[in-house]
Amino acid sequence: MKKKGRQEKLLQGNEAIVEGALRAGCRFFAGYPITPATEIAELLSVRLPQVDGTFIQMEDEIASLAAVIGASLAGVKSMTATSGPGFSLMQENLGFAVIAEVPCVIVDAMRGGPSTGLPTLPSQSDIMQARWGTHGDHPIIALCPSTIRECYDLTIKAFNFSEKYRNPVIILVDEVVAHMREKIVLSDEEDIEIFNRVKPTVPPEWYIPYEDTPQGVPAMANFGEGYRYHVTGLTHDIRGFPTSRPDEIDPFIRRLFRKISQNFSDIQIGEFFQTENADITIIAYGCIARSAKRAVIDARERGVKVGLLTLNTIWPFMRAQVEKVLQTSRVIIVPEMNMGQISREVKRVNKGAAKVFTLNKVDGTIITPQEILARIKEVS
Amino acid sequence: MISKTLERYTEHPEEEFVVYGHRACQGCAEVLALRLAFKVFGKDTILAMATGCMEIISTPLPFTCWKLPWIHVAFENAAAVASGIEAGVKILMEKGKIEKKDIHVVAIGGDGGTSDIGLQALSGALERWHKFTYICVDNEAYMNTGIQRSSCTPYGAMTTTSPPGKKSIGQSTWKKDMPKIAAAHNIPYVATACPSYPYDLFAKVKKARMVEGPSYLHILSVCPTGWRIPSGDAIKYGRLAVETGVFPLYEVENGQYRITHNVKSLKPITEYLKGQGRFRHLTNDTISKIQERVNLEWEGLKFQCGVK
Repeated sequence: MKKKGRQEKLLQGNEAIVEGALRAGCRFFAGYPITPATEIAELLSVRLPQVDGTFIQMEDEIASLAAVIGASLAGVKSMTATSGPGFSLMQENLGFAVIAEVPCVIVDAMRGGPSTGLPTLPSQSDIMQARWGTHGDHPIIALCPSTIRECYDLTIKAFNFSEKYRNPVIILVDEVVAHMREKIVLSDEEDIEIFNRVKPTVPPEWYIPYEDTPQGVPAMANFGEGYRYHVTGLTHDIRGFPTSRPDEIDPFIRRLFRKISQNFSDIQIGEFFQTENADITIIAYGCIARSAKRAVIDARERGVKVGLLTLNTIWPFMRAQVEKVLQTSRVIIVPEMNMGQISREVKRVNKGAAKVFTLNKVDGTIITPQEILARIKEVS
Repeated sequence: MISKTLERYTEHPEEEFVVYGHRACQGCAEVLALRLAFKVFGKDTILAMATGCMEIISTPLPFTCWKLPWIHVAFENAAAVASGIEAGVKILMEKGKIEKKDIHVVAIGGDGGTSDIGLQALSGALERWHKFTYICVDNEAYMNTGIQRSSCTPYGAMTTTSPPGKKSIGQSTWKKDMPKIAAAHNIPYVATACPSYPYDLFAKVKKARMVEGPSYLHILSVCPTGWRIPSGDAIKYGRLAVETGVFPLYEVENGQYRITHNVKSLKPITEYLKGQGRFRHLTNDTISKIQERVNLEWEGLKFQCGVK
């Protein structure tokens, strides 16, 4: 029986991100062409006008994120999409979005770097750029899908998190997942939680724009709704005006971190696959999690007890979940398409409970299940 | 005066510096423009190139079609890199570290790399008065990433990010006038050119090479792939762009405007638009709007050049 509004689709990762964004209520996109993220802009240039949204192509990536920040302050859920070189240009405005607490979503379809690098080949080497690319102490949320369904779901989550915590959210999708096609079932009736920013309930003259709350997230007034307030990239007091008073700076920076740190259980998404009795656990993300899953199944068939922890949330780092597998497994393998950006984090939280091995590939090709199996054999 | 000596430039330089070994699409007029231009720039030339079609197609390792020193850095900074090269060469010569000779630096960007992301670097380099030539090879969209609009895309054109439909006519803004922007820096030489007029192109490159200070060349480069035309028609559409007044050939030498290829009476714009897939959706209203604009700009240019 065909349900109303149910659609079976064969979608590309980038297309699923577009579907997810529209479902989450995204009505503004500003961007700049770049491989392998261009499809997101191309598709949204058609889809956004159909839902009374706005698509603008900007003159570069600096302007793209700036426009997104402006649109978000005006009250519209907004996003942009780019790849490594463009993401580098966005770093300044990313920091601005953090300090001014502007909800926005940035898709980074990861290709080989540094610089122009490998425009058409995959990599996972922007993990640390997503964390520390913009200067200064700041919290960040970064999500990483490994399936087309996750592209859809995590994009919705990204908008929810950005609205809920008033922080930019980065979707780190590698080129393989961005361009891979899989079947996905979408339904209008599906119960999906959509979160919209909390607006002030007090009269305008009582509104304190950057007031601390138990959640750490102040209510956000949209431009033009009668709530006058000051938005700045300077460190500011609770009213939004620049300050250099230590007793105002310290609580402000700590509050920015607290919004994220007291909500780890909400933000951190991952999947444990056969890790209960695993002797060896693989920690993977993005397209490599798919290879790893195959490797786990194959290894189990051969009687080797292997498990997999897939990280869907890259930042904040899923310390609690990683510590769990560090306790239960003898050996941890972290395959990734970079020189070891997440394995370093795993080693950082490992207190000698397990041996952590890396499997790094930086030649622009995916890590295959066979390569992971070979590594399992090597280290076990 | 340079202009007097080059009024009738009929010499066709034999030596090639853009040779075989590139992967341009069939019928690409952009790579033709570069081939013609570098015949005149000659061998003492250093090139800085922005990301774009010409960067991708001319250097697919292990091949290259360049017989010149060539550097690609990023998308936005060809003019800044050229500035550094020019300053570096100058100081090395002054210190006697390299032989003193007339080495010319050329920066190349596409329309996106020039009018959008690279405008700041270009303006800076022109203002600092580096002795270099900036070439904008304008194919009127981001063709390298698959035909997205740029600020040099003409009004009404269909691209993948300016799709025509109920709520859009295609590209909704007028083409950015890059030569005028360059001329506003009061640099010694600015010109428009098109490979459909090779001798005009040769003469302009020669002048750009000879002036003391920065020069800017804006070359319309027909792109059969992106314009949705048969690959054998690139030269034809280049000519039509000039004959209909869409892309007039002129130069600005020390502030003096001069039309280098006068068209007695412009052909109707429809001759240029028809047959191009990117304009297929245009209504008569839009076409007459474009015609009005072309006429206005042509009259304005004639006035600037003192042509009746």
